[in-house]
Amino acid sequence: MSLRVLAAMSGGVDSAVAAARAAEAGHDVTGVHLALSKNPQSYRTGARGCCTVEDSRDARRAADVIGIPFYVWDMAEEFDRDVVQDFVSEYAAGRTPNPCLRCNEKIKFEAVLDRAVALGFDAVCTGHHVRLADGRLRRSVDAAKDQSYVLGVLTREQIAHTVFPLGHSTKEEVRAEAERRGLAVADKPDSHDICFIADGDTAGFLNERLGSEPGPIKDESGEVLGTHNGAHTYTVGQRKGLNLGGAPERRYVLSIEPVANTVTVGPRESLQVDEIIGRRPVWSGCDPVTEPIACTVQLRAHGEVYTCRAWQRDDELVVRLEQPATGVAAGQAAVLYEGDTVLGSATITSTSRSAEAAAAF
Amino acid sequence: MVYLDHAATTSVRPEVIADMTEEFGRLGNASSLHGAGRRARRAVEESRESIGEALGAAPSEVVFTSGGTEADNLAVKGLYWARNQADPARRRILLSAVEHHAVLDPAHWMADRQGAVYEELPVDEIGRVHPETLRAAIERDPTDVALVSVMWANNEVGTVQPVAELAAIAREHGIPFHTDAVQAVGAEPVDFAASGATALTLTGHKIGGPVGAGALLLSRGVDPVPLLHGGGQEREVRSGTLMTPLLRGFATAVRLAAEERASHTARLAELRDELVATVRKAVPDITLNGHPVDRLPGNAHISFPGCEGDALLMLLDAGGIECSTGSACSAGVAQPSHVLLAMGASAETARSSLRFSLGHGSDRGDVAALGGAIGPAVERARAAWNKRR
Repeated sequence: MSLRVLAAMSGGVDSAVAAARAAEAGHDVTGVHLALSKNPQSYRTGARGCCTVEDSRDARRAADVIGIPFYVWDMAEEFDRDVVQDFVSEYAAGRTPNPCLRCNEKIKFEAVLDRAVALGFDAVCTGHHVRLADGRLRRSVDAAKDQSYVLGVLTREQIAHTVFPLGHSTKEEVRAEAERRGLAVADKPDSHDICFIADGDTAGFLNERLGSEPGPIKDESGEVLGTHNGAHTYTVGQRKGLNLGGAPERRYVLSIEPVANTVTVGPRESLQVDEIIGRRPVWSGCDPVTEPIACTVQLRAHGEVYTCRAWQRDDELVVRLEQPATGVAAGQAAVLYEGDTVLGSATITSTSRSAEAAAAF
Repeated sequence: MVYLDHAATTSVRPEVIADMTEEFGRLGNASSLHGAGRRARRAVEESRESIGEALGAAPSEVVFTSGGTEADNLAVKGLYWARNQADPARRRILLSAVEHHAVLDPAHWMADRQGAVYEELPVDEIGRVHPETLRAAIERDPTDVALVSVMWANNEVGTVQPVAELAAIAREHGIPFHTDAVQAVGAEPVDFAASGATALTLTGHKIGGPVGAGALLLSRGVDPVPLLHGGGQEREVRSGTLMTPLLRGFATAVRLAAEERASHTARLAELRDELVATVRKAVPDITLNGHPVDRLPGNAHISFPGCEGDALLMLLDAGGIECSTGSACSAGVAQPSHVLLAMGASAETARSSLRFSLGHGSDRGDVAALGGAIGPAVERARAAWNKRR
């Protein structure tokens, strides 16, 4: 079936090959580069600003080679509101957000998808490494590149309007195909960092926006062990950068309390949790589950997968792990899987350790 | 394909192609002293004479450039430097708020890097600079004005400026007056001498000539500081090997544009009015921006309330209808047009506008095709706009 497909093209190799495959599959494809920030370096501020000029050009060039129309959509306002500001306020609340996931949820598959559908498109196509099977998300065949986790937030309705042409290929195959198709982006390095923090200095970015008030580093008993330079720059599970000096044992960040500006640290075993509560559960791979079911859960991007039982209790997701996990940060997503198929997800709000888990250690 | 973007560029006229093809087959650098050089020189000088004759300029007043942007830069920067060197008190650049970026940006740059003082002349709601506005700006201190630049006709909304009146005011104070006439040549009776301007920009590709050839008409005795130094080919004001084939094509295009102007513009104005009426029939709540009558004959700049011009452009493009949002940006994101904003439009109105521009080859079939496509496109674009809010 030929669809009218809007291909989001970042200027990278994956989205270029995805668009090419969608076009080759007979879809009527239009390429769109999402401009996510007003160009801060532009000399012509106020007169005319363009953004991420090089990526935009790479995307345009790829669209030319594929032979599809290409436009730039200005999504800077939505991106700033729903991703950047959300990122900052999540840190301010002591949580550790995943902005890529938020961008998929709010920008690519909400703002862009809504606009596309209104303009007459049937679906949005991206270069995510994920498979679609009967309207459900499945992990990519390339386990190292699998992006089902950052798409786990999508609803069934959103997934119904997606085209993911890359899930059956490895990254190597995608690069080789780009080369074969004459797409100049074939050798472009993968992006890893948070796109809106160009220099990779997340702590600096947050300090600029949230200030860097020094505060105490305490242990679980409340004893002050040292001083930090802004609680929001720490992440649960972090060990480096605490500067606690000659402590006899390794200490890890257990929790962050932004209001008290306190970082609590403790031994590794204190990081172990086996119950996870999440908000806003989404069930894309099955009907909402209200009785515990056996499944697996992933708690961070490229993180370990844990055997668990999970269910929805009122408007919360409850996940009980079979074995405790360490370093589970509020703000990250808990994505549930049945085998390699996504069942649903929720944003982690709290974690705890049952008596059994504590005893078992 | 329905091409309604002649203000961006035009198809090269067959007569121009024929002349350029002939010239490309010949050898010779117009600066060489031997026979081949002399032959090329003759072609260049005949082109110069032809352009001068068509536009009311002496041949020596025609300075060839690579196009409109270079001519505008030469005028703004070159005249500023020359005037400022003669008297360092002259630092003010007065220019209309609706200038093309090829004028605005050099002026901004001069202010940022060269100590110039940049002053925009406000326009009214149809985009026109009132002579009193210029007079007041100059008379605040006539001694510190380096130059004035006001375009002949606006590239976005098509408004024609009272150039002769404005130039006369500058002249009273001995201040050089530049006008960007890129959109006006072929559409308005452009006569350099009669206009009273000191410098005038034109380019070939807007009138069926080749891209890459333009000129700055420059009064005798006015010597801007060059941007390009080298062989000094053009009055020592502009260096670079003369592009003989392009200049021949350029001259042919200017000659044809001047010869055919009356009948061409009458036809375009009629077709333009039909286009506006047709669009209005499909979408009754449109607004035609710019002057209702005193505007470029091929220009229709229309606001479609409640939708984004970008979305409309995409939908029309998908249906084979090519137009513009008016403010092209090579890397992509179009900002709300500074022209519309200067005319007092809201950012929302500025974003909801499209420019349709007619030219040679435009016909009633094009207008009918647009009439058929615009209604459904606006409906969709409005739905998308509502989603965003």
